[in-house]
Amino acid sequence: MRNIFLFIRRHVNLLIFLLLQGFSIYMIVHYSRYHEAAFGHISNNITGRVNNQYNRVQKYFLLKRTNDSLVKANEALYNKLKIDFELPDTVSKTVIDSIRVDSLVKYRKFTYLSAKVVSNSISTQNNFIVLSRGKKGQLHEGMGVVDPGNSVVGIITEVTDDFAVVMSLLHKDSRLSGKLLKGGETGTLNWDGKVPNIITLTNIPKSAKVARGDTIITSGFSTTFPKGMMIGTVLEVLAEKSTSNYRIKFKTSTDFYNLQYVYAIDNRDQEAVNEILDKLKQQH
Amino acid sequence: MGNLIKYIFRFACFILFQVFVLDKIHLHQMVTPYLYFLFILWLPFKMNRTLLMLIAAIVGFSLDSFRHHPGFHTAACVLIAYIRPFLINLLIPQEGAETNYEEPSIRSMGGLLPYIIYTSVLALLHNAWLFFLEAWQFGDAWYFFIKTILSTAISLILVIITEMIFTRKQKFRTNTI
Repeated sequence: MRNIFLFIRRHVNLLIFLLLQGFSIYMIVHYSRYHEAAFGHISNNITGRVNNQYNRVQKYFLLKRTNDSLVKANEALYNKLKIDFELPDTVSKTVIDSIRVDSLVKYRKFTYLSAKVVSNSISTQNNFIVLSRGKKGQLHEGMGVVDPGNSVVGIITEVTDDFAVVMSLLHKDSRLSGKLLKGGETGTLNWDGKVPNIITLTNIPKSAKVARGDTIITSGFSTTFPKGMMIGTVLEVLAEKSTSNYRIKFKTSTDFYNLQYVYAIDNRDQEAVNEILDKLKQQH
Repeated sequence: MGNLIKYIFRFACFILFQVFVLDKIHLHQMVTPYLYFLFILWLPFKMNRTLLMLIAAIVGFSLDSFRHHPGFHTAACVLIAYIRPFLINLLIPQEGAETNYEEPSIRSMGGLLPYIIYTSVLALLHNAWLFFLEAWQFGDAWYFFIKTILSTAISLILVIITEMIFTRKQKFRTNTI
């Protein structure tokens, strides 16, 4: 017993060093996607407030770009208006519905909620984006996030009262599924941690016909994103030697360097679907 | 008391400068400029080693809080805080230099060369351990190697610029107490 105490006293620095290193590595490994550290809440609130102050100054320098992206989004929406279309037959006669009830409410599945980006990183290998809207603004974990051009940004992983943290596509644990618009084959997105804006799509069989410039969209299989949101365009197709799959490098359509406003997508069915999946998991 | 306020002020400056200035500069995918660890390098000679490591852990953790994935910078900072005393013992040959001055600087280390060695070794260790932890799942040795070297070079340039802008007055204290 005495020897143990002597050993501890002699090597106290080394032991504390190993303890702190072990603690850090434990935090790195166990900070998984839906895990919230006990102090995460407090530190997110503090850093969120600091980021907010910084963003109040910084946003003026990006107003021009923000404006351009909003004009583009508006253009896309104007092109979908009913007055742009002239149908050739009598069906086009407009009849004003006298019952003032929004009949589409019960069919609505997705709702868009706008949010301001207060902090955004792209330089590390695990990148997160912070939004200045949280639980009080109806955001919750697991929501998908898109930019004004409707291309995928990431998924919300943590929410406090006023802030939300988004795991961007540029994160090595981010595993979304993507689909080729032309052929319909689905695969998994991976970021290799090197160049921002360039992501790899794996698990696409070699039977698929892919060419440079093809579009990759969301598959709609998960509950986070509606089907057909833009993810990116193919840059390079590489054949994996050991498997019968392609590795496709593509450029994201989201510009991660300048994100100012994003939209979080709320899926009304998400809870119900997840409940069924959890039930299935428990049975097996 | 005055010293404590000085160090807290310095700590806030380094962290905010790192988060809001250096992290916003995207030089190249291979280069991540780091300067905040200079705070640990500037801590007093006489500080208890256990305290040194705990302070380093706090510094690393505060930066990690801004990056939303805790652990990476904490690990790197604790490593350099652990290595620091060994390196200082190696680099200061004359008796009692660490008692004559308060904290490491070009003057107190006895010239530019020992100070450059001191900062470059610790910067290299910090960056290497950080990038190693970040990249252990990717396993691309060359990428890791080049990124570490380039980032360390940028860190060194930043350290030299900081030393030139902020001259710290080092009082010479006699060791005859």
